[in-house]
Amino acid sequence: MENSLRMLGVNERAKITSICAQGEMSRRLRDMGLIPGTEVKVIGRAPLKDPVALRLRDFTLTLRNNEADCIMVEKMEGNDE
Amino acid sequence: MSSTATIALAGNPNSGKTTLFNAITGARQRVGNYPGITVERKEGTLNLDDIKVNVVDLPGCYSLSAYSQEELVARQVLVDERPDIVVDIVDATKLERHLYLAVQFFELGIPVVLALNMMDEANKQGVRIDADRLSSLLKCPVVETVARSGQGKQALMKKALAHAKDRGGVWEPLEISYGPDLDPALDTMAGLIEDAKFMTSRYPARWIALKYMEADEEILASGRKLGGPCEKLEEIVQQTKDHCLKTLNTVPEAIIADYRYGLINAILRQNVLTNETTTRERIDTSAKLDTILTNRLLGPAIMLGVLYGMFQITFTVGEIPMGWLEALFGWLGETATALLPEGLVQSLVVSGIIDGVGGVMGFVPLIAVMFLMISFLEDSGYMARVAYMLDRALRIFGLHGCSAMPFIVSGGIMGGCAVPGVMATRTLRSPKEKLATLITAPFMPCGAKLPVFLLLIAAFFSQNEARIMFTITLFAWAMALLVSKLLRSTLIKGEPTPFVMELPPYRIPTLQGILIHTWERVWQYIRKAGTVILAVSILLWAAMTFPGLPEEVSTTFAKEREVVMATVLDEEQRKVLLDEIGNTEAQAALRHSVAGRIGSFFEPVSEWAGFDWRTNIALVGGFAAKEVIVSTFGTAYSLGEVDPEEAAPLSNQIAKDPAWNKATALALIVFVLLYAPCFVTVVAMAKESSWRWAIFSTCFNTLLGFSLAVLVYQVGSRLLI
Repeated sequence: MENSLRMLGVNERAKITSICAQGEMSRRLRDMGLIPGTEVKVIGRAPLKDPVALRLRDFTLTLRNNEADCIMVEKMEGNDE
Repeated sequence: MSSTATIALAGNPNSGKTTLFNAITGARQRVGNYPGITVERKEGTLNLDDIKVNVVDLPGCYSLSAYSQEELVARQVLVDERPDIVVDIVDATKLERHLYLAVQFFELGIPVVLALNMMDEANKQGVRIDADRLSSLLKCPVVETVARSGQGKQALMKKALAHAKDRGGVWEPLEISYGPDLDPALDTMAGLIEDAKFMTSRYPARWIALKYMEADEEILASGRKLGGPCEKLEEIVQQTKDHCLKTLNTVPEAIIADYRYGLINAILRQNVLTNETTTRERIDTSAKLDTILTNRLLGPAIMLGVLYGMFQITFTVGEIPMGWLEALFGWLGETATALLPEGLVQSLVVSGIIDGVGGVMGFVPLIAVMFLMISFLEDSGYMARVAYMLDRALRIFGLHGCSAMPFIVSGGIMGGCAVPGVMATRTLRSPKEKLATLITAPFMPCGAKLPVFLLLIAAFFSQNEARIMFTITLFAWAMALLVSKLLRSTLIKGEPTPFVMELPPYRIPTLQGILIHTWERVWQYIRKAGTVILAVSILLWAAMTFPGLPEEVSTTFAKEREVVMATVLDEEQRKVLLDEIGNTEAQAALRHSVAGRIGSFFEPVSEWAGFDWRTNIALVGGFAAKEVIVSTFGTAYSLGEVDPEEAAPLSNQIAKDPAWNKATALALIVFVLLYAPCFVTVVAMAKESSWRWAIFSTCFNTLLGFSLAVLVYQVGSRLLI
């Protein structure tokens, strides 16, 4: 089931399927390691529900909901490992 | 290799690069700025085996694309200064992510030594790295280090120098295959570039081709300036892009990133990286702390507590050395008064130089303590969480999560200072949000504006002191946010910068790191502000001194004195009368001086807001430093010297003056809160942005402050009286 990253709840894991961002934004995301195939886990949301904090490649990244909209993911079932 | 060598330290932000730099160079550091931009340039030296090693600390970056100024600068230093070797510091616990930068160094071809930093943490987390295997696969030396304890730094420096010597300054670009869709195009482009010698004196040919493929703005722009094969290259890129979009539904840049990560994974999978624990077991302390510190309810509460505590500490601790400095300058003033003969020279030295510079230096302890705290919050990783929590609210006003700190430092919780506040905008990586923050941060009620408010509140609103002070603070925040919204939708329009930001793990900062950090900022303040403020103080002193009273007027005062001396015998009474004459003379002299004439000149306009000529002088003086407002009022109200801390008698005087009422007081509060930032702040603003913006904010803020003051006075004088 493909969805945007915004739809993920806290503690849910997913695999990135595609990124539809353009220009600067897409370069920034790639430089930070967000490329198709990467596994991410939502580890929290800021008090006002935005930005969202992700765990990927052993580090923690935050991005805004409208930035998360550009990232399509496939939800992964089950717990860690 | 000669007896000197240059090593460039590179790495991701939060890789421990600066800690390692401090460990290697200790106190032998120089901090400057790269020309034209606010990215700091840090250099240090050390002697190793008779070789004088110059270490350049490159700004932290995630990639060598041209996304941020930091990345551009890092690239320029490597290409233009061609350091003998790059030491790339990677966080061993985040090897995969951090090797992304390393791969780009290999593609550039510059000699690289890899420092596997934070090995202690990696071991604790059960991450095992086969450094020898990694070294042979990457074909570059790998050294394990722990920057915090300095472990491995000697070995690292020795290996770096040895490797630099082996390579003898030769660049050997690594050619990565980017698959059947890109490789042929890259080869054709590299050939074209090679034939035309297109920028090849700076970069390897294939690297230029790759940057064209990645749509790197800087390379594209310099290519267009040169002409040559640039059109042909852009055409090939366009064809490839169309092809990729049609057949793979993706863009070349994405394919390039894919292959880079693919290469890294291929290397790590060859038994280089093994995890002894599962991800679940590795849920680290940072994640646990974050469940509390960024919790929906607890997070903001703790944040307020931390910020409030920071202020308490800054002002209670900072006040002590501030008192010493005030005493020192007071003593200097007295000594100079005693040593120098009465007259213009004494007046210049005491009132102009010592008082002026002393007023500025008095802030140094506050700034030092404040920066100590900010450095601690920054280095510990908490500042990133503050930005994370506040981003949503600040974004409404066209600002960024990182704008919160400059506002708070400038006085957002009452009594800060805009100078360190403006300097703290440095943490904002996005120029537009930074500019908006920079221009609006001086609206906050800084510590120097407080005496003015206290004076006026004591005179007119003594019943509601706390409530009015609180309202002023709220008003300041509202103005800062609204004006930044206005600016961001007009003059500094633009899309919000992406918030894609790393939340670094919580760490206890190193003492050395914090001290060096603090000292750098304090020293910059002393040097820049100290020299400029000296000039301004002299200028202001001259404006309030010249031209002196005409001779016949002085003679009149002298005659009055003689009369008092001759007729009044009671010593106390005589003193009172003499003081009175002195004050009247001082006031007459002030009105006669350039400053007084300026004050009177503006009176017809400033009357709209209820300000008379004396207020105008005080406000002009307040441009040098807001503290001057109260002391100038003192002089203008013929009370002689007034201690800004004890404004009580002056407030009685003002309350009694028929020219003053509640509306005037409110208008003045609004104006002082908003008008031109003090000169030191303006200089700091110019340094962080440009003189153009600093001057803009001076004029814009004054205009805005005046318009609102007029409004408050006109409305207020109809409603309140």
